[in-house]
Amino acid sequence: MKNIFVALLITLSLGTLCFAEEPKKDAPGAAPAASAPVAGQPATTGTPAVAAPSVAVPAPAAVPAKPADDKGKLKANPKVTIPIFLIIVGATMGVVVWSAKQTKSASDFYTAGGGITGTQNGWAIAGDYMSAASFLGISGMISLYGYDGFMYSVGWLVAYITVLLIVAEPCRNAGKYTLGDILAFRTNPKPVRAVAAISVVSVSTFYLTAQMVGAGKLMQLLLGIDYKIAIIGVGILMVGYVVFGGMTATTWVQIIKAGLLMTGAGVLSVLVMLKSGMSPLQFFTDIATNDKIIDHVKLLPIYLKELDAGTATADPGQRFLEPGLFLTNPLDQISLGMALVLGTAGMPHILMRFFTVPTAIAARKSVIVAMFIIGSFYILTTLLGFGAAIHLSPQNIMKVDKGGNMAAMMLAKTMGGDISPFVGDLLLAFLCAVAFATILAVVSGLVLAASAAIAHDIYVNVIKDGHADQHEQVLAARVTSLVVGVMGIVIGIAAEKQNVAHLVALAFAVASSGNLPVVVLSLFWRKFNTAGVISGLVVGTIASIGLVMVSPNMTYPNKVADDAKKAYTKLEKEVADGKVKPEAMEKTMKTISDKKAEETKNRGGKSMLGLDKPLFTLKNPGIVSIPLGFMAAILGALLFPSKRSEEMFDEIYVRQNTGIGMAKAIDH
Amino acid sequence: MAEKQYNWAAIAKNPKFIELHHKKSAFLFGWWIFSSVYYFLLPIGAAYAPGLFKIKIISNINFGYIFALSQFFVSWGIAMYYAHVANKDFDRLTRELVEEVSK
Repeated sequence: MKNIFVALLITLSLGTLCFAEEPKKDAPGAAPAASAPVAGQPATTGTPAVAAPSVAVPAPAAVPAKPADDKGKLKANPKVTIPIFLIIVGATMGVVVWSAKQTKSASDFYTAGGGITGTQNGWAIAGDYMSAASFLGISGMISLYGYDGFMYSVGWLVAYITVLLIVAEPCRNAGKYTLGDILAFRTNPKPVRAVAAISVVSVSTFYLTAQMVGAGKLMQLLLGIDYKIAIIGVGILMVGYVVFGGMTATTWVQIIKAGLLMTGAGVLSVLVMLKSGMSPLQFFTDIATNDKIIDHVKLLPIYLKELDAGTATADPGQRFLEPGLFLTNPLDQISLGMALVLGTAGMPHILMRFFTVPTAIAARKSVIVAMFIIGSFYILTTLLGFGAAIHLSPQNIMKVDKGGNMAAMMLAKTMGGDISPFVGDLLLAFLCAVAFATILAVVSGLVLAASAAIAHDIYVNVIKDGHADQHEQVLAARVTSLVVGVMGIVIGIAAEKQNVAHLVALAFAVASSGNLPVVVLSLFWRKFNTAGVISGLVVGTIASIGLVMVSPNMTYPNKVADDAKKAYTKLEKEVADGKVKPEAMEKTMKTISDKKAEETKNRGGKSMLGLDKPLFTLKNPGIVSIPLGFMAAILGALLFPSKRSEEMFDEIYVRQNTGIGMAKAIDH
Repeated sequence: MAEKQYNWAAIAKNPKFIELHHKKSAFLFGWWIFSSVYYFLLPIGAAYAPGLFKIKIISNINFGYIFALSQFFVSWGIAMYYAHVANKDFDRLTRELVEEVSK
């Protein structure tokens, strides 16, 4: 065992060394590189683009006439950043070493032996759930589009009402390690576990890929390190936490991350509010009367459209506090809302957290603690987003990143920098480290959930018929985590240039249309059975994936060509009108020719499924796929009734309500 | 480990369990539906009643902002209320039932 630790320590310190060395090497060249990779896909790091703004974000080519000047970059000071990173990595490493000693049985590995308290689990759920995308993406969305960003964040909290009322306690009472355990309770276990595992692994893979690619891009942007090195660094740490420390280490990494994230958001919010004299009224007046925000709103496509229609308000500053600047398709919003409200409760890595607490009362407490943390966090995020808009201006935020993902980071540097340049560097470094810890916590939870499905459901219960001793179970879990983690790294690297923004929407869609209906029906409906579980999971999953494949999330070359044409036509007009300054002329001409090449290359192309344009107009399939998932589950169960499943309903229903005979009874 | 065998069907017919089941189902699904309806009023209202959302309540703070903010407090409120009822009613009934069954 000791050798493993030594090896782990060495690999991890090598990993950190990459972080330590790269920024120095790249320092001079880092600035232009920093804005380039995100320019093409503003949505990649900020998953909020999932929200399906039907407003096309203005083609990136519209601005490159201005070369990145000093304001167009954000650089962390390596002298401050590296020590902070090392402290955090060191602290989590300590946790791993400590928890590896305690991880002896399968129950230790998957559920930390059920020894996590309600409060701890609440922080861990919050740490598991709040991704870098929600921290950076939502504050960025608010800083650029105001109210809509805030509205977008609401659903992420409301989702927990479903978790609290419908799934948390029953899952604690009736479940053991995985989603498969609950579904297999009164059904034919082998096929059910196999299908459940496939669904869990696909949800986790979609979410993990989005997180990994986001992590790579984010670290590249923040620290100027190479994308691949960033992914490998994150991947090594993630695999290290899960393989050696199992659920205990993952839980503590998540708790540490949630604490750091709340501290960072809290400190920044206080600094922002101090600028407005701690008065919320003053804060809102500052937003509505800010010249830069007014200029920014005046140029937003929606506002221009409203001007044309004659419905525009005379007060563009106030318009920033009103809905509709970004999220323009209400049906898509409702569809996303459904996927959130039902999908969060079907997310395997969230469900798994309820098996770590000893009782249903602790499970309940943990959701409530998590709700207070998550809710407070989103309210603070609003302050950060609006604060960034006031003190940095949306224009400058867009210069660094088109999607606004760097708003919170820039705010940290500016707010701290107003105290002293060192404090600015320190706060920025701290937030970078928080973002890093955030990524690690989320990906670790996902790897653990996916490997639990493979090792516990497929290997132990399907292949080995449940006959595997503790040692073999833990070994299987560790090997699977290693494989899943390595796959995550490989996929992350391979997907660098892919459009992954839709993957988070897809993960929630599958969780809400595939997993949730069958979990709820298993727990609450007497007639539910094997056929119902399988048809519900299969139809829900396939419908979600299928609808996303033909939705506007995919790349449609003809649309790319049209956008490129629009961009160069606009630039050509500017050139013709003499609006382009002579020094920027060369760059503008180059952009025009690049865009023309892009048009030629893409014109006439087809999407991945050979489509010209999307068949399904919503980015979020939930509104269609969730009812389909429920209907398939119900129909399947009614068409192939099972007497045994009906007879066993009393047992699962009593168990899930009361916790009588908890967990151990299904240990055979 | 010697597992105690329970007669699940008998427990399911126990009046205490039936009371627990009725109270719980009514509470859980009722409040879940309330919270969902309240939440979906937000995107629906923002899209179809923008005029309402624009009404200023205090200085520059408008109805839309307060409504979105209220979502957080309503969610927390439901969670706290549930914890209160569960601690008072559901847990007590469960405890009594478990004692009766394991006699």
